Amino acid sequence: MNPLRRFFRTPEAVAGAIILAALCAMALAAPLFFPGDPQAIAGPALLPPFQDWSLPLGTDRLGRDVLAELFHGARTSLAVGLAAAATALAVGAIVGTVAGFAGGGVDEVLMRITDAFQTVPSFLLALAFVSVVGPSLGVVVAAIALGAWTGPARVARAEVLSIRERDFVAGARVIGMHPLEIAFREVLPNALPPVLALSSVIVAAAILTEAALSFLGLGDPNRVTWGGMIAEGRAVLRTAPFLSIIPGVALVLTVLGVYLAGEGVVETTAVRRSLS
Amino acid sequence: MSSPLLAVSGLTKRYRRGGKTIAAVDDVSFDIEPGETLALAGPSGSGKSTIARLLLRLIEPDAGRVEFEGGDFLSLNGAALRAQRARLQMVFQDPLAAFNPRASVARVLDDPLRIHGIASRKERPRRIAALLERVGLSADLAGRAIHEISGGQRQRVAIARAIATKPSLIVLDEAVSALDVSVRRQILQLLLDLQREERIAYLFISHDLGVISAIAHRVVILDAGRTAESGDARAVIDAPQSAIGKALVAAAPKLNRTSKDSDAADRQ
Ligand SMILES: Nc1ncnc2c1ncn2[C@@H]1O[C@H](COP(=O)(O)OP(=O)(O)O)[C@@H](O)[C@H]1O
Ligand SMILES: [Mg+2]
Repeated sequence: MNPLRRFFRTPEAVAGAIILAALCAMALAAPLFFPGDPQAIAGPALLPPFQDWSLPLGTDRLGRDVLAELFHGARTSLAVGLAAAATALAVGAIVGTVAGFAGGGVDEVLMRITDAFQTVPSFLLALAFVSVVGPSLGVVVAAIALGAWTGPARVARAEVLSIRERDFVAGARVIGMHPLEIAFREVLPNALPPVLALSSVIVAAAILTEAALSFLGLGDPNRVTWGGMIAEGRAVLRTAPFLSIIPGVALVLTVLGVYLAGEGVVETTAVRRSLS
Repeated sequence: MSSPLLAVSGLTKRYRRGGKTIAAVDDVSFDIEPGETLALAGPSGSGKSTIARLLLRLIEPDAGRVEFEGGDFLSLNGAALRAQRARLQMVFQDPLAAFNPRASVARVLDDPLRIHGIASRKERPRRIAALLERVGLSADLAGRAIHEISGGQRQRVAIARAIATKPSLIVLDEAVSALDVSVRRQILQLLLDLQREERIAYLFISHDLGVISAIAHRVVILDAGRTAESGDARAVIDAPQSAIGKALVAAAPKLNRTSKDSDAADRQ
């Protein structure tokens, strides 16, 4: 059976894929449905949800359209989550490949650095980095990646250690290929599958970290974020709990969707690999 | 007499296993003349592959000298070593494991041409087609993935890759052992043709004296990392002197058709 069909026979994976698809649609459609600044005043302050058709989810403390904020927040969450995870995976794969392939002193130094990064809780690392450099989208992405690349680095290194003993690597040396080309063109692509299998967890964690940073006021101030919305809503938690609950639920669903869909992909491809 | 193409002397490689050190290759010496086939024979674990890997500089010896084309091959490093690798090539036993699983036939043959600057980017597709035809394959095979072609075709591609850089010596480590009998005969014939036309020398590694008698001029028989005996291939196979030589002759089915054990020995 092909992996795509197997994927769609797994109920969790399908649920994850649907959530993810909805999220992507929201992110892509945000500027279409809600052109203009989502942070502009759209109506009376603290309008509850389902009261006014033009503002279905109501407004926040300053009278901003919650639905518009939610859509634009999906953009930020997804963009930051994906960019941070991609950065972490790329850095991790490169560091792990160099360490595993070079061995010796290079390996020793790189793995000590990896250890050092791993011992500091990744959220503290992100917090410290953004506090020092200042909040902007790029900095937030880098800050999250800073705490997330060590896992991929370890997995890549372990994989490279076994791949470098294979005959085709010896064959590449025999034809005189440069060690850098062997490492990055022959070894790394073959080491990627188990590294990519980490992506669902890393994307999910990155989205949560971004929300936490925004909640603490360390997100990009020019962008709507779900974390920022929750923080905003906290001031009126008793009188208007929906202002925190709506972005909170969106966040939980997103993380769940990313995780379930990602695991589904890993699962179906892993089964295929063990069959062949 | 001209100087040998390859002169190996006192080659030694030790491995630490458990608490003690074993010599996988122990003070082995031999020469190979240009255009000659020297066979390395010996049972499994006798050090044949270790010698191959040492000669290709895939691992480094604990002692010994290797002179190749008149130069000290063991002292070469970095770019100088990579350049000289064009002259000394290898064919592995398992042609599937010997290629990047993601590669196409074209890429496998393109790499040596590109790395050694043998042909320009525009010229390389033609060179690849010529190489494929040289080893008896259709040029159409270039677009296929390595895993899509048969074992015999793959070993021909491996030979094409080895001859792409016009080497003077090719080390073949059990290169025909995994092939079935008819394919094996064709590959041996291809090797003989290439040798006759291009004067390539072979270090032909095999545990099968039947195959060796079909291709080798001289033979070195190894036993536990040491040279047990060596000499003219016919003479050694007709009248082995060492115990291990006698055992290998007895185990070779083509040399010893009357033996009832021969089939069982072949399959070991
Ligand atoms: N990397 C290694 N580490 C430890 N022992 C090894 C290693 N490579 C080979 N050996 C040992 O060296 C001996 C010779 O092995 P090898 O050269 O592969 O033999 P052959 O190719 O003749 O079957 C064997 O005893 C083998 O176990
Ligand atoms: Mg061997």
